[in-house]
Amino acid sequence: MEMVLEAELEKKKKLSQSRLADKHIGRRNKKNIFFKGLIVVATVISTLPLLFILFYIFKQGVGALNWHFLTHLPNPVGEPGGGVSNALVGSIMILLVSCVIAIPIGIIIGIYLSEEKRSRLGYYCRLAVDVLQGIPSIVIGIIIYEWVVRPMGGFSALSGSVALSLMMLPSIVKATEETLKLLPESLKEASLALGVPYYKTIMKVIVPTGLSGIFTGVILSIARVIGETAPLLFTAFGNPFMSTNILKPMSSLPLIIFNYATSPYNDWHQLAWGASMVLILMILILNIISKIVQRKWKVQF
Amino acid sequence: MIPAISYKAKRINFKEKAFKKTLALSAIIVVVILIAIFLTLLINSFPSLKAIGFKFFYQTTWDPVSDRYGALPFLVGTLLTSFLALVISTPFSIAVAIFLGEYYKKGPVAEIFKNIVDLLAGIPSVIYGFWGLFVLVPLVRELEMKLHVPPYGVGIFTSSVILAIMILPFSVTLSRQVISMVPSHLKEAAYSLGATRHEVITKIIIPYTKSGLFAGLLLALGRALGETMAVTMLIGNTHDLPTGIFSPGNTMASVIANEFTEATGRIYTSALIEMGLFLFVVATIINIIGKQIIKRFTLE
Amino acid sequence: MNFKKIILSLLVISVAITFTSCGGNDSSNSKSATDSTATGSSNTQILSAGSTFVYPLFSKMFSAYNQKTGVQVNYQSIGSGGGIKQLQNKIVDFGASDNPLSDDQLAQSPVPIIHIPDCLGAVNITYNLPDNPSLKFTPDVLADIYLGKLTKWNDPRIQSLNPGVKLPDLQISVIHRSDGSGTTFIFSDYLSKVSPDWQSKVGKGQSLNWPVGLGGKGNEGVSGLIKQTPGALGYVELAYAIQNKMPVASLKNKSGNFVAPSLASTSAAANVEMPADMRVSLTNTDAADGYPICSFSYILLYKDLSYNIKSEEKAKAVVDLVKWIIQDGQQYSEALEYAKLPESVVTKSLDILKGVTYNGKALQ
Repeated sequence: MEMVLEAELEKKKKLSQSRLADKHIGRRNKKNIFFKGLIVVATVISTLPLLFILFYIFKQGVGALNWHFLTHLPNPVGEPGGGVSNALVGSIMILLVSCVIAIPIGIIIGIYLSEEKRSRLGYYCRLAVDVLQGIPSIVIGIIIYEWVVRPMGGFSALSGSVALSLMMLPSIVKATEETLKLLPESLKEASLALGVPYYKTIMKVIVPTGLSGIFTGVILSIARVIGETAPLLFTAFGNPFMSTNILKPMSSLPLIIFNYATSPYNDWHQLAWGASMVLILMILILNIISKIVQRKWKVQF
Repeated sequence: MIPAISYKAKRINFKEKAFKKTLALSAIIVVVILIAIFLTLLINSFPSLKAIGFKFFYQTTWDPVSDRYGALPFLVGTLLTSFLALVISTPFSIAVAIFLGEYYKKGPVAEIFKNIVDLLAGIPSVIYGFWGLFVLVPLVRELEMKLHVPPYGVGIFTSSVILAIMILPFSVTLSRQVISMVPSHLKEAAYSLGATRHEVITKIIIPYTKSGLFAGLLLALGRALGETMAVTMLIGNTHDLPTGIFSPGNTMASVIANEFTEATGRIYTSALIEMGLFLFVVATIINIIGKQIIKRFTLE
Repeated sequence: MNFKKIILSLLVISVAITFTSCGGNDSSNSKSATDSTATGSSNTQILSAGSTFVYPLFSKMFSAYNQKTGVQVNYQSIGSGGGIKQLQNKIVDFGASDNPLSDDQLAQSPVPIIHIPDCLGAVNITYNLPDNPSLKFTPDVLADIYLGKLTKWNDPRIQSLNPGVKLPDLQISVIHRSDGSGTTFIFSDYLSKVSPDWQSKVGKGQSLNWPVGLGGKGNEGVSGLIKQTPGALGYVELAYAIQNKMPVASLKNKSGNFVAPSLASTSAAANVEMPADMRVSLTNTDAADGYPICSFSYILLYKDLSYNIKSEEKAKAVVDLVKWIIQDGQQYSEALEYAKLPESVVTKSLDILKGVTYNGKALQ
C-alpha cells in the first residue's frame, strides 16, 4: 500500500517537475526572444538620429547648393544671395597646412612607438598622445591663442592650422603605430639580415608595407578635424573676403556655419545649411576613400 | 679599398644614429608639448588663482562687472549635462555594442550599422548644434509647454540629448571592442550547458566585460565634459545655477567659447583660462584612468 | 608608392603654400581684383573687430569700400568687449565699441586711445508674441522684467499700459547677451539711470551678472533666440529688428512721452554738447521726443598707430578708412535704420583724427 502510494507520488512529482521544466524552458526562450527584440529595437532607435540629421541637412541644403553658392563671396548682412567661396577655400587651405605640420611628425612618432615597445620614453610618449587626444578642443583654442596668436600679433589661418594639427596628431600616431605593430617581425629581420641598414629597413620596407594603414589613419584624422569649430574661434577668426594668405585671418566652413546658424537672418540660415551639406559631403567622401584604400591596398600576412 | 668601405660604413652609421635620434626627439616633443600646455594654462591662470582662490569652485556669482568669478553654476552645468547624456545614451550604446559584438558580428546588417555608427561619429559638433537648434529645440519646447515649465526650448535637457547622440558612437566602438574580446571558450561552455543567448549575454559577457564597459563609459564622459560647439548653441548661456533639467545653463566649455575673445581685464581672462585648466585636468585624469582600465582588461 | 615620393610631394605642397602666402591675397572676386590693380592698394587688408551693434552697417560700408578702393576690411562682430580686448592685445588695427572706454581702461593703456563716433543707433526692445502687437513699456516695468519680478505677459502692470491689446497668459522669456557687449552696456546704463534697484543689484557693464534670462551671442544671436522663442523679450539694435521684421516697443522717456525708436527720435536724443574726447552717454535723454536708449558707436584707435600697426602705409589706409566712414560712408546709414552723425560731430572727429600720428609723426 505504502509502496504504491509512494510510487504514485514519485510519478506525480516527476510529471510536475518535467512540466515545470518545460514551462521553465519556455520562459527562458521567451526571455531570450524578448531580449533580442529589445536589443534590435534599441539599435534601430540609435541609428534614427543619423538618418534624421542627414535627411534634414540634405533637404535644407540641396536648395542652397549651386555653382553660385560655391564660387561667390557672402553678401552684406540682410542682402539675399551670396556664397561661401571664401570659407570653402579657407577650410581647404587651413587643412592643407595642418596636414603639412601633422603628417610627418605624426608618422615619425608612430614609427618610434612601434619600434620602441618597451622603452620608458615610449611609455610616456604613448601616455602623452593619449592625453593629447582627450584634451577638449576649446582648450586647444586657448593654448594656440597664447602660443601663436599673441606672439604673432594677430589672428591667422596659420594659428588655426597649428590648432588643427595638434588635434590630428594623436590619431595619425595611433594609426601608424597600430599598423606597423601588426607587421611580422620576420619582415624586418629578413631585411636586416640582408645587410640593409636599420633606417633603410624602416623607410623602404616597413613603412611602405604599412602605407595603406597609415594613409587610412591620415584620411580619417582629416575627416575628424574638418568640422572642428571651437579651436578656430580664437585662431583663424574668419574673413568675409577671399584670402589665401595664411598669415592673415581666414574663414572656414565650420566657422560660418556657427556664425550664420545663430543669426536671425533666413538668408544666412540658407547659407549655413548649404555649408553644412558641403561639409558632410566632404566627410562622406573622405570616409569612402579610406574604406576603399583599406580594401584595395591591404597588405596581408 | 678598405678606407672606402669604412668611410661608407661610417656614413651609414651616422645616418643610422641620426635616424634614431630623430625618432626619439619627436617622441620627446610630444611629451614636451603636453607639459607646455599644462604650464601655459597654469601660469595664465595665476592672476585668478591668486585673486579668487578656492571661492572659484563654490561661489555662484559670475560677475565681470565687479570682478567676482564663481564657476559653480558652470561646474554644475557641465556635470549635469554630461551625466544626463551618459544616462540617456548608455542603454542604447550597450545595446548597439551587443548587437554588433554578439548578434551580428559579420554580414551586410553588421556592415550597415557599423557604417552608420562611424558616420554618426564623423558629423561635426557644429552641425549637431545647428540641427538641434532647428529640429530638437522646437520639439523640446512643445514638451515643456505640456509639462508647464518655461518653454525656453534650449537648456540642460536639450544639450544632454544632443550630447547623448554625439557620445553614442564613441562608447559603442569601445564597448564593442571589449565585448568581442570575451574568450569564446567561456561562451561555448555556457551554450553547451544549455544556456540561452540572453543568459550568455547577461551572465557571461556583461559580468566578464564589466570593467571594460565601465572604462568605455568613463571615456565617453570625458568626451562629453569638453564638448563645446553643440552645447554652446543649445544650452541657453545663462550664468545662473540651473534649477532643474529644463532650465537653461552654461557649461565650462561654452563659457570659454562665448567669453574668451572678449574678456577684458586680466582677472576675467585668467578666470576663463583657469576653467580651461580645470577642464584639461579633469579630462586628463578621466582619460588616463579609462585607458588604464582598458589596457588591463586587454592584457587579461 | 615610394615613400620618398610622398615626402617629396609634401615638400612641394608646403613650398607652394609658402609661396602663395607670400604672394599675398589673390582674389577670385574679379571685381575687387581689377579694382585693386587700378588703385594699386591691392595688398591692404585691415583687420577690425568688436561691436555687433554696428555690424549690419559696417558690413554694407566695407563691401562698398572694397568695391571703391580695393581695400579689404575684415570686420568680425565678436562684441564690443572683444573689440576692446583685441585692441589692447594689439591684434586688430582698430576696435569698435558701443560704449566709450572707462577712465580706468584709458589710464591702463600705454598709448592714448581716441574715440571716433561712427554711427548713431538705438537699442530696441523687441519680443515674440502672437501677431506681434506694438507694445508700450515704462522704465520701471522694463527694469522689473529684467530683475525677474515681472514674469507673465498678462501681468496687470503690462496690461494696463497696453489697454487695446489682449496679452496672453505666457511666461516672459527674458533674453540677454551672453558675450561682452556694448549693446548690453547701453541697455544697462539706461536701466541704472532709471531704476535704483537695478543700479544697486546689477549695475552697468558689458557683461553682467544677470538676475534672469537666456543668453544669445551677439545681436544676431539675441534676435535669433527671440524669433525662435514664443513669449521672449529682449533688446537688440534697431537694424536687427527691422531687417528681421520683429516688433518695436515704445518707451516712456524722461519727459513722459511714449517714443518708438526711429531715425528722428534717435537724432533728437543725440542733440547734445559733445565733450572733447567724445565720450558721452545719450541714454535717458532730456529731449521731449528723444528715444531713451540710444548711443553713439565708436571706432577705437591708438593715437600713435605705430603701437599696433606695422607699416606707415597701412596706418594711413586705416585713417583714410575712418575718415571715409564718418563722411561718405554715412550715406548707407539711414537705409539700415541708423541715424547719420550730426555735422558738428563729424567736424570734431576730423579734428581729432588730425592728431593721429605714426612714430610721433603726423599722418596728414
